[in-house]
Amino acid sequence: MAKTVVIDPVTRIEGHAKISIFLDDAGKVDDARFHVVEYRGFEKFCEGRPFTEMAGITARICGICPVSHLLAAAKTGDKILGVKIPVAAEKLRRLMNLAQITQSHALSFFHLSSPDFLLGWDSDPAKRNVFGLIEENPDLARAGIRLRQFGQTIIELLGARKIHAAWTVPGGVRSPLSEESRQWILDRLPESFETLHLALNLFKGMLDEALKSEVDIFGEFPSLFMSLVAADGAWEHYGGHLRFVDSQGNIVADHLSEDDYLSFLGEGVEKWSYLKFPYYRPLGYPEGIYRVGPLARLNTCSHVGTPQADAELREMRQRFTNTVTSSFLYHYARLIEILACLEKIQDLMADPDILSDRCRAKGAVNELEAVGVSEAPRGTLFHHYRVDEDGLIQKVNLIIATGQNNLAMNKTVTQIAQHYIQGPEIPEGFLNRVEAGIRCFDPCLSCSTHAAGQMP
Amino acid sequence: MAKIRFATAWLAGCSGCHMSFLDLDEFLIDLAQQIEVVFSPVGCDLKDYPENVDVCLVEGAIANEENLELAYLIRRRTKTIISFGDCAVTANIPAMRNMLGDESEVLKRAYLELGDATPQLPDEPGIVPPLLEQVLPLHQVIPVDIYLPGCPPPADRIRAAIEPLLRGETPKLEGRELLKFG
Ligand code: SF4
Repeated sequence: MAKTVVIDPVTRIEGHAKISIFLDDAGKVDDARFHVVEYRGFEKFCEGRPFTEMAGITARICGICPVSHLLAAAKTGDKILGVKIPVAAEKLRRLMNLAQITQSHALSFFHLSSPDFLLGWDSDPAKRNVFGLIEENPDLARAGIRLRQFGQTIIELLGARKIHAAWTVPGGVRSPLSEESRQWILDRLPESFETLHLALNLFKGMLDEALKSEVDIFGEFPSLFMSLVAADGAWEHYGGHLRFVDSQGNIVADHLSEDDYLSFLGEGVEKWSYLKFPYYRPLGYPEGIYRVGPLARLNTCSHVGTPQADAELREMRQRFTNTVTSSFLYHYARLIEILACLEKIQDLMADPDILSDRCRAKGAVNELEAVGVSEAPRGTLFHHYRVDEDGLIQKVNLIIATGQNNLAMNKTVTQIAQHYIQGPEIPEGFLNRVEAGIRCFDPCLSCSTHAAGQMP
Repeated sequence: MAKIRFATAWLAGCSGCHMSFLDLDEFLIDLAQQIEVVFSPVGCDLKDYPENVDVCLVEGAIANEENLELAYLIRRRTKTIISFGDCAVTANIPAMRNMLGDESEVLKRAYLELGDATPQLPDEPGIVPPLLEQVLPLHQVIPVDIYLPGCPPPADRIRAAIEPLLRGETPKLEGRELLKFG
């Protein structure tokens, strides 16, 4: 008899979700669906607030990547003021984003996903978590905790708190970096590099052996990839322009501006999820499936622009293909991105502008509509505001990173379920693998259900 | 001493309070010696909230029917419930939608006006929980034992609340550092 198995809640991800697996009469998997079951409605209740409050309010969309909202809100605010922000302000904002990518990726790898690889997909579900990892491998757990702490502490050094630091403002940032803080960061960098290399070597070793088959089963399919890239095509997380590539690495669209996002991004809705389904408009819904985030960023860029991360990127491309299509390798991409962040943080510490206190431009409301973009740990984030002459918000639209992977996450859970599940008796470890398909994307669901779609 | 049975849960929040819990950093390693995590979205794969839980940190407000059901279940099965963070204590940001009247405004905007392909309301029964008309703080639906304000409460405030509980004592949260919104 046909039957539906529901995994509720999906654990070791950020946010509220379920997965349904639909079995046919023979017990084979027909289809699987990833449901997001929370919705708060930010875009509507922000109406009427001053645009300068948007950073503080939208940071509360997500406690894992508040910095992404702080940046996107500030960049939208810069455009509303119509100002060019000081050089030091951009560098400081970049520093905070690099720190955030580091902490968020460390959380995803060490705290949330590594128990699957290190303790085992089929290990005791009561222990298969960060506390189990602490028991089993305290040194690695401590190193991972301290790497996340490194990122969180940089955020605190800049913005006076680790989570929801009200530090970015339209026109720049509130306060500069102190020499003491710069020294702390420099002192802690060597340990952070060491931890990252430890994790990277461990994971690469597992890709050769223990995790070989996962690469083919966990969301291996063609799709488009989208992210920001720099003017020269290098990896980017703050500025630059948008680029789409296909799974052969062909550039499908380039030099796109966030201002025109509505011309190339659309959103579908399904009855079974609060999370909408963005797609690449020229290909339609749902054929316009694209992926964002760490793997997409490494696929769209020509190179990273820092020596160690570039060497790792070349190795990844040699091991697989120039454009990497397995969603399992998001984990690999995340580690390479941490390395890129650490190198870029190191470079910024040597930059004479980083201690400058010229970090804020002032202005009044000069434009009534603007779009700001940043690369969040999970992918490209768009904020779009329309304001009145007094700067009060009339309309808000947010396109959130995780939502853009929705079609891909659904495809991934279906692929994994079809591979492992061969009858009505389903071992717990198989269900865990299906959930782990979602963990590859490290979704941020409190963020993702606030996209309001098109601005009318 | 037996390990205390410890849980965390999130309702309508941003997970920032849970992230602040993880900001306990290396204290988590000490904590692992003293607690058994029996339910937690970030720290445990068990899917059902078990019986006989000693302490549960509850993040977030009550915004939908599943939040409400889970809150009732937690109350029935838990000795000490900590209302964890401003969303739980005051309903905070999620309650900003309350001023728009009932839940239909926010839903209409996102899914009907603005979903350009296939506009419709997500409402599959048994899967997508219906939103409540108004978002409520936790203590308005169940009695809570300890209030831990902050958006999020910083890690040392969380530690100040948890440490006495590990010794079987009731924490005294007093003064500006420990009782502060935002
Ligand atoms: S209290 Fe603040 S940090 Fe905690 S869940 Fe609510 S918005 Fe997030």
